[in-house]
Amino acid sequence: MIYSEKVMEHFGNPHNVGVIEDADGIGEVGNPVCGDVMKITIKVDDDRIDDIKFQTLGCGAAIATSSIVTDMAKGMTLAEAVAITKNQVAEELGGLPPAKMHCSVLATDGLKVAVDDYLVKRGREPIAGEIKSSDPHFDPHEDDDEDHTH
Amino acid sequence: MEHKAYLDYAATTPTDQRVVDAILPFFTERYGNANSLYALGRDAARALEDARERVAASIGARPDEVIFTSGGTESDNTAIIGLATAGGRATGHVIVSAFEHHAVLEPAWWLGKHGFDVTELKPRTDGIVHPEDLAAALRDDTVLVSVMHGNNEIGTLQPVRELAAAAHARGALFHTDAAQTLGKADFDVTELGIDAASFSGHKIYGPKGTGALFLKKGVRMAPYLMGGGQESKRRSGTQNVAGNVGFATALEIMDAERPTEAPRLAALRDHLVERLLGEIHYARLNAVDAATRLPHIANFVIPGVEGEAMLLHLDAAGIAVSTGSACSSGSLKPSHVLLSIGCPVEFAHGSLRVSTGRFTTEADVDYLVEKLVPIVERLRSMNPLYEKTVAELVGAKG
Ligand SMILES: Cc1ncc(COP(=O)(O)O)c(C=O)c1O
Ligand code: FES
Repeated sequence: MIYSEKVMEHFGNPHNVGVIEDADGIGEVGNPVCGDVMKITIKVDDDRIDDIKFQTLGCGAAIATSSIVTDMAKGMTLAEAVAITKNQVAEELGGLPPAKMHCSVLATDGLKVAVDDYLVKRGREPIAGEIKSSDPHFDPHEDDDEDHTH
Repeated sequence: MEHKAYLDYAATTPTDQRVVDAILPFFTERYGNANSLYALGRDAARALEDARERVAASIGARPDEVIFTSGGTESDNTAIIGLATAGGRATGHVIVSAFEHHAVLEPAWWLGKHGFDVTELKPRTDGIVHPEDLAAALRDDTVLVSVMHGNNEIGTLQPVRELAAAAHARGALFHTDAAQTLGKADFDVTELGIDAASFSGHKIYGPKGTGALFLKKGVRMAPYLMGGGQESKRRSGTQNVAGNVGFATALEIMDAERPTEAPRLAALRDHLVERLLGEIHYARLNAVDAATRLPHIANFVIPGVEGEAMLLHLDAAGIAVSTGSACSSGSLKPSHVLLSIGCPVEFAHGSLRVSTGRFTTEADVDYLVEKLVPIVERLRSMNPLYEKTVAELVGAKG
C-alpha cells in the first residue's frame, strides 16, 4: 500500500488543524471500521463556510483527507460543502489505496454533521442526508471495484 | 536526513556480508543440482549436506531431522497440515495458541474447515501460554499442539519444554514456531522435547526465502510439496543450495556471537524501555509481566495516537518500526496478538513495536526516542478525544 505524494504532503503538513472555540457548527464522527475519530468545527457567514478546523485521530489517509476536505470546503456554500463526496476527496489527493477509501468518508461525514449542527441550532432543516460513518454496519469496501491484495 | 535507524529486525534483517560471501559461488560456479550424479552435482550435494549438518548441530538434532524449506511460512504450513493429516488422518483435535503467526493460524483454520476441531488457546495477560492452561485444553483426541517459541510482536518467550511435556502426556505431537528465536535464544530440540520446529533464514541475517523444518526421527508427516522426492520425500523441489548454505552460515554466526550479542541487545532494550516510558506520558510496555522474553523486541502502547500515523512520521525521520494498529493492517483489524493478551482495541491502535539487531546502536535507540517525543505530542494535539483518554487513564490509576 503506497500513498500518493499529495497524501503525504497533507499528512506531513495538514492544513486547518485545531478547534474553533466559538464555532457555529460542530461535527464529531467516528469510524466504526477501525475506531478512528474526527471533529470539525466551522464558522458560517451568509450560508458560506467562513472558517473551518479539524482534529483527527486516525491513519495517514484520515489526516490527509481531513486536511483536504477543510481546504475544499472553505468558502463553499453549505449546500456545496455537504455535496462533497469521498471520491472527489480521493481524487483531489491523487487517489487513495482501496483499503483506505473509507477514511475519506470520515472527513466528508464530519463536514456534513457540522453543517447540519449549524442549521439545526438555528431552527432550520438539516440538508446533509445520510451519515455513513456512525453506522456500525457500514462496509468500507462495499463500493470499491479494485482488487484487494495486501 | 541526519540519521537513519532501522528498528524492525523482527520483520527482517539485512543479509550479513559474511553470508553473502559464502553463498555467491553457488550462483555462478558451484551451480549444480544437488540431485545430479556427476561431479558438479556431487559438489552441490556435499555443500547441501554440510549445511544440513551445521544446522542440525546448532539445534541439537540429527542431520536427517532437518528439512530445508523456503522459510518460516512453508515450515509452519507443512508442520501443521502435514502432522495433523499424517497417515491419511481426516479428523481430530488441534490446539494452537491464539497469538501464533498467521503462518500457523491460517493452516490451523484450514484444518478446521476440513474435518478437524481447532482450539485457539489464549495466552495470559503476561504474554505467556501457561502449561496448566494447555493441560486443561488437551483432549483424548488431540493430535497436535503448536505454540510458538517466541512471539514476534511482543517478544515473550514461551515455556516450550513444559508445554511439549503437557502435550505428550496426552499423546499429542508438539510443534513450535521458532522463527523469531532461532539463534537469539537457546534452542535445543532434545532439551525442549519437541517433535517439530520451524525456522526462517531472513530473521537471522540469512537470505529471504530460506529456512528449515525440524522433524523428529520417526514422526510421521504428510509432505506438503510433492514432486521429485527431494529432502527424503518430505519436501520436493530442487534444493536452494545457495540459500541453505546461507541459512547455515547465518545460524553459525548467530551462535558464535550470541554470548555477547544477547546481553548487548537486552541492555539496549532496557535502555529504550526506560527512556521511552520516562519521556512519553502514559506510555506502557506490553506484556510487562512476562517472566521470560527475547532480548530484541519491545512493544509499547502509546495512548492517544494512531500507529500508522506515528509510523509514517517516524519514517519521514528515517526510522523504521512497526505497529499493531487496525489502520495499518489490510484487514483493518487491530493486532490479534495484542488483543489475545487483553490489550484493549484503543490501545492496540497506538502500539509500537521496536526490534533491534546486529547493527543497532544506542544512538539509534536514542534517536528514536528523540524523534518520537514531538511526534506523539503533535498527534495527541490533533486527537479530538485526547483529554477524554487522559481522564480515563488517570481515573483508572487513581
Ligand atoms: C513467528 C513467525 N513465524 C513465521 C514467520 C514467517 O516466516 P517467513 O517470512 O520466513 O515465511 C515469521 C516472520 O514473518 C514470524 O515472525
Ligand atoms: S482512519 Fe483507520 S484506516 Fe484510515
